[in-house]
Amino acid sequence: MAELGRAALLVTLGLSVYALVAGGLAAWRGKRRLAHSARNALLAAFFSTLVAALVLVAGFVRDDFSLAYVAGHSSEALPLQYKVSAFWGGQEGSLLLWLLVLTGYAALAVWFARKRARDLVVWVTPVFGGIALGFTWLLVAVSSPFETIAAPADGNGLNPSLQNPYMVAHPVFLYLGYVGLAVPFAFAMGALLSGRTDERWIVATRRWTLVAWTALGIGQLLGAHWAYEEVGWGGYYAWDPVENAALIPWLAATAFLHSVMIQEKRGMLRVWNVTLVSLAFCLSLFGTFLTRSGVVSSIHSFTQSAIGPWFLGFIVVAVVFATAMIWLRLPQLRTTAKLESLVSREAAFLYNNLLLVALCLTILWGTAWPMVSEAVRGESVVVGRPYYDFFLRIFGLPLLLLMGIGPLVAWRRASLAGLARAIAWPAGIALATGALLVALGAGSSIPGLIAYTFSAFVLSAIVVEFVRGTAARRALTGESIPTAFGRLVGRNRRRYGGYVVHAAVVLLAIGVAGSSAYDSVAEGRLARGESLAVGGYTLTYRELTERDGPNATEIRAVLDVRRGGDDLGTIAAGKNAYSVEQQVSNEVGIRSDLLTGEDLFVIAEQVRDDGAVVFRVFVKPLVNLIWLAGIVFVLGSLIALWPDAREERRLATRYARADERSETPATT
Amino acid sequence: MNGWFVLAAALAVGTVVVVALPFLRDPAPASDALHELDEAERALLEAQEERDRALAALKELEADHRAGRLSDEDYRSVVGPLRREAAQALRTLDRLEAGTATAESKSG
Repeated sequence: MAELGRAALLVTLGLSVYALVAGGLAAWRGKRRLAHSARNALLAAFFSTLVAALVLVAGFVRDDFSLAYVAGHSSEALPLQYKVSAFWGGQEGSLLLWLLVLTGYAALAVWFARKRARDLVVWVTPVFGGIALGFTWLLVAVSSPFETIAAPADGNGLNPSLQNPYMVAHPVFLYLGYVGLAVPFAFAMGALLSGRTDERWIVATRRWTLVAWTALGIGQLLGAHWAYEEVGWGGYYAWDPVENAALIPWLAATAFLHSVMIQEKRGMLRVWNVTLVSLAFCLSLFGTFLTRSGVVSSIHSFTQSAIGPWFLGFIVVAVVFATAMIWLRLPQLRTTAKLESLVSREAAFLYNNLLLVALCLTILWGTAWPMVSEAVRGESVVVGRPYYDFFLRIFGLPLLLLMGIGPLVAWRRASLAGLARAIAWPAGIALATGALLVALGAGSSIPGLIAYTFSAFVLSAIVVEFVRGTAARRALTGESIPTAFGRLVGRNRRRYGGYVVHAAVVLLAIGVAGSSAYDSVAEGRLARGESLAVGGYTLTYRELTERDGPNATEIRAVLDVRRGGDDLGTIAAGKNAYSVEQQVSNEVGIRSDLLTGEDLFVIAEQVRDDGAVVFRVFVKPLVNLIWLAGIVFVLGSLIALWPDAREERRLATRYARADERSETPATT
Repeated sequence: MNGWFVLAAALAVGTVVVVALPFLRDPAPASDALHELDEAERALLEAQEERDRALAALKELEADHRAGRLSDEDYRSVVGPLRREAAQALRTLDRLEAGTATAESKSG
């Protein structure tokens, strides 16, 4: 079976080389059939990669331990869903997942754009071919998932922390996000290579960028929930380099999603947009490099890692290529349109962009600094939480405020008096909220108080936007409120979907501020019958239970929970002892109050031989708003992504002539 | 093991056929040149984008004004230049389309 996997990857390698070389030649020399052939090579590359992926999945499902990768990441006793997710539990499988998602995106993006941007797609094909070639080379020559060994009786099992439902989905979404950023990058580079710097590359990639951005956002939230449930330290984000690796490109992509609107509306920021899209893609490569090269643990493990130097070389090639192309096409990217006023929607988007990029680069610097210092000075200097928290407040709080102001300002220019009138209601509500919070005693954390006040401003600005828009539509059409509301959103999906996403970010900010600035914690060693009080709860340790799970012994300390005079039932926390993996994992107990959004979070730090248990207990106010934000985020993204038939008709009319001409071969 | 080799060979042959398909379907075309947009077509496309941008800006301005996001004074200061831009974009587009039509009738 390994032979088929290896052969499928070799076929993908050949197809990638063909898409790069034949595609480049076809575009350069203007050869129609060769261009179609190169495009077909990209489509076929997806199927050959899919075959390789299915071979690996079959290896896991059939416990084929003659495959070294399967033996290293699975065992007979591993539940089926984790056998499947063990696919991406290690370096080789992760790279194969990267390639599968890349070839899938490339095939779909090129296929859907084949008519409207045919002359552009010709140049996009070799760019996709080049990216696929980089990853296929790693899989074929450096880090193959199809290495074979003399099959052991059983595999080594999967790292217990990866045996979690969130780890089944988290990497898939993360890679859909990381790799999806290759689509706008390939089209932007295709536009620069061909010299066609009109808007077609943006129109062709608008939805792909949004899909990638949404997937990366969902992936991060799933990862945060996994860390919260599985890692067992009481938090959901630790500014760990691997976590930052996903956040950094997401911030760059967020900046791009905003700045691209200025190009669409005003024809401005063309250079900035291709720069941002290149930055987002190169950062997604950097993120994969961070998580897969071993450089995070130490610069020395990077040099020992087989893929590290190759990957770094690949990133350097991507950065140099993108920079050279932007430099070369600067004259065509320059526009005459200028910012008319510092008080305008596009100015607000520009400030938002500067803050997002500043935050992105600050986090990048903090993440890269330990590696840089180790490489230069021989000692790794860890950048701690205070660094990140400081810059999150410095850049994040103004960003939050701008989310409220931006939608209320008109395009081109607005007077200060007009702006003051537009923000009067949200500002009044925000100030009243701030005063109320101080009166309720929430002034103990100044950043938390500011975050809540700004959040109230943004939420009320969003509500005002929906109310004003619906009222204006009703005044014009005489429709009922639900009809006017539905059509308002339906005919401006990107705008109102964007507002819903903003609401999700506000929920996230409230959840983060509440759970980090106003949480309570208690720690204690309890014997049976003893109690611990924290944040209004009283927990009494009742018993220790033990049972055999599918592939682990599950030890749980059960506690009775009371708040005030109310009996709230029991909560269990403990440890799982995995026999095959020879590892022990923390299994936390979480009791969520869906009405208040608060969590009672219990960690059984140590289980003593005498039956006593050392507990650490947190009460985290509003933490569930973070997960609710995820649902609202998906809803907003779906609204923005949903196809708009009117917009499609408008674009079809605009590009009809170009489509018609490119359908027929040239006569010369 | 042989079975896997046969499958691998079938995969390789299948992909070669897919890649060769444009040549197999059209072995002797009258022309194998890609159609490239010429300068006039590119200018037309950019003029269409400019027209759409200007008209969308006007529409959005009206919506902002109706919804109260824009005061009457701000509206009056912006609407004039925007209308002029839209008119200019439409004129440019008309001129380019007329030029393209003339060129096509001459070549046809």
